[in-house]
Amino acid sequence: MNKTLLIIKREYLSRVKKKSFIIMTILGPILMAATIILPAFLADWSEATHKRIAVLDETGWFYEKFDDQDNITFYYLYDDLETSKEKTISEKGDLLLYIPRTELNIPVNAELFSVKQPGLNVTSYIRNVMKTEIENKKLLASGIDPEVIKSAKVNINLSTIRIEEGGIEKKSNTEVEVGLSIFAGIMIYFFIFLFGAQVLKGVMEEKSSRIVEVIISSVKPTQLMMGKIIGIALVGLTQFFLWIILTGLFLGIFQAGIFQGDLQESLMPFNQSNTIIEQSAPTTSPVEMDEFTMITEILNGINFKVMIFSFIFYFLGGFLLYASLFAAIGGAVDQDADTQQFMLPVSIPLVFSVMMVGVITSQPDGPVAMWMSFIPFTSPVIMMMRIPFGVPMWQIWTSAALLISGFIATTWLAGKIYRTGILMYGKKVNYAEIWKWLRNKY
Amino acid sequence: MSLLSTINVSKTYANHKALDHVSIEVLPQSIFGLLGPNGAGKTTLIRIINMISAMDQGEVLLEGKPIKPSDTQYIGYLPEERGLYKKMKVGEQALYLAQLKGMSKNDAHKKLKEWFEKFEISSWWNKKVEELSKGMQQKVQFIVTVLHKPKLLIFDEPFSGFDPINVNLLKEEILKLRDEGATIIFSTHNMASVEELCDHIALINNSKTILSGEIFDIINSFKSNIFEVNYKAPKELLMKPTDFEIVSTSITNGTYSSRIKICDNKSSNELLQQIIAQVEVVSYQEVLPTINDIFIQEVNKSKK
Repeated sequence: MNKTLLIIKREYLSRVKKKSFIIMTILGPILMAATIILPAFLADWSEATHKRIAVLDETGWFYEKFDDQDNITFYYLYDDLETSKEKTISEKGDLLLYIPRTELNIPVNAELFSVKQPGLNVTSYIRNVMKTEIENKKLLASGIDPEVIKSAKVNINLSTIRIEEGGIEKKSNTEVEVGLSIFAGIMIYFFIFLFGAQVLKGVMEEKSSRIVEVIISSVKPTQLMMGKIIGIALVGLTQFFLWIILTGLFLGIFQAGIFQGDLQESLMPFNQSNTIIEQSAPTTSPVEMDEFTMITEILNGINFKVMIFSFIFYFLGGFLLYASLFAAIGGAVDQDADTQQFMLPVSIPLVFSVMMVGVITSQPDGPVAMWMSFIPFTSPVIMMMRIPFGVPMWQIWTSAALLISGFIATTWLAGKIYRTGILMYGKKVNYAEIWKWLRNKY
Repeated sequence: MSLLSTINVSKTYANHKALDHVSIEVLPQSIFGLLGPNGAGKTTLIRIINMISAMDQGEVLLEGKPIKPSDTQYIGYLPEERGLYKKMKVGEQALYLAQLKGMSKNDAHKKLKEWFEKFEISSWWNKKVEELSKGMQQKVQFIVTVLHKPKLLIFDEPFSGFDPINVNLLKEEILKLRDEGATIIFSTHNMASVEELCDHIALINNSKTILSGEIFDIINSFKSNIFEVNYKAPKELLMKPTDFEIVSTSITNGTYSSRIKICDNKSSNELLQQIIAQVEVVSYQEVLPTINDIFIQEVNKSKK
């Protein structure tokens, strides 16, 4: 078997078999799915218990105007405030809505008494009912039929449609694109750093454990370096694909849970988690269902094939570029403490490109975005941020060609530093020393 | 024909000359000692032979042909700075290193099992390297170096970190490997083992070869014709050979020990005949310089 292949295999398997890799692979998608699901889930949770609300309406304006909701029941009282409080809150633990009498004004003030903080849907429902009721009364007083107003209301749906090259029209939604852009940029930054650091650590381990000379008596130093870099790149891709698949799987399971809620509930009424799902179903009813299909439509509009393909390309390109520099650093230094002075200048372009996220998302086609997506040191992150907005093909090709030549150059340079550095022990390395190595034949 | 020869190999680092026209000849199936003080250039020469470093000038020939990268699979190299992946299992790691030397997995597995049994370390196969002591790791490294039956073996300080029992085990194995056809280059500061094992040596100092040849010839060329006589005699009757110069005399437990220099025109038999007549001789032998003496003498000489 080819020796470089052997090295790749060892680097790959030794990492994939590690416990930390397996834990990260499973934990990552759970966390990602959780950040998507949890806020909605928690909101539903707090509304999950059934509430009874007593209405003490001294104005009489709102009698029988509050309709029972799925988890809220209304009933009406005619005592004074103190007695009502006694009856409802103290005795039954219900909520009390108190609408005080006003002599001259329209009743716009109300008080809601409760033991626990009432949920958002309770307060917004009460507010809505009161608002509509008062508005209707006012309209009637001015001689306008509320029905007329209702029928005059229109909803404007403004869809932004981007015309791509070849005249294909696509519905687009900037908010989703911005989110995706930030997510993709940060992901690629994270992946390059995470796995670049593994290259650095791996090279330093080989140097400090003194195994490197044994190995380079069998293979060329560049073979060892490239084998390590490629092996770790494959670990990165493996993690990426597993994350995509697992996140999709977790989200899929959850969605299936929502839509089959009713069915499941009737099958297993005692299962608590299903009760929660069932009760969350009404909140995703008509309006949100529409939102959901809208989001799906937008997500369908985004070309995930292009996204994933370009992520793989820019991850590999950016990773090869940075990992070779990290390998050179690992080969040059003796101790962890010495890595700092070299790590800083190498990572600045990467950190800088993430900091540009605001500029890129507001002007994805601007000159800053364009030039930064050509420079190989910034292009992986910047291009990933631009791609959700659509990038002209010639720019992608230019950027890709520059990135490829960029990593060929850094790999060549890094190879020279690496092969001298790995056999140097106990020498304090600085930039002047490295410059000397670069000029050495080796 | 030599198995390996270097011809006028020179190498300069940024600001110092590591090797200056170094030529050595290593005969097949022999053990060649590469000696020299620290920093003399031994490791640089070894790295050049292993194709780890490139020379600026000169030639390295393996079996008469210029050495090429693929030849490294015929070489087994145990570097002075050696180690193993700490987190990897012993057997897995030995297999990996053997495969890097071009062995097939099955072949390597079979041979490794044999060596592990021979060294009585079969139980280590599934242990992680970090669980082994330094000496134990060295044993594994030795096996990995010789496993692929290389034509040329290069050992840099092979005995460091070993207890005397394992040093002997290793020496036996090295001699056995030579008898089975391997050629060995041996670099060490342990002069006793050089005398014991080596057939030829080269002494490198300040990036130049200052001495090289068959060990027997070198020792002979450095002897100063001094003989040591151990004898018993009453105090007033010490021996007094005529025409011979007594260099020194000492006494331990009633036995005198004298060193006598034999001049050019005399033979050792003449000396012996004289002293036999005078005292009771216990032993009589030529004083030969040790490699240690020669090393110190030559390195000091070239300093001046």
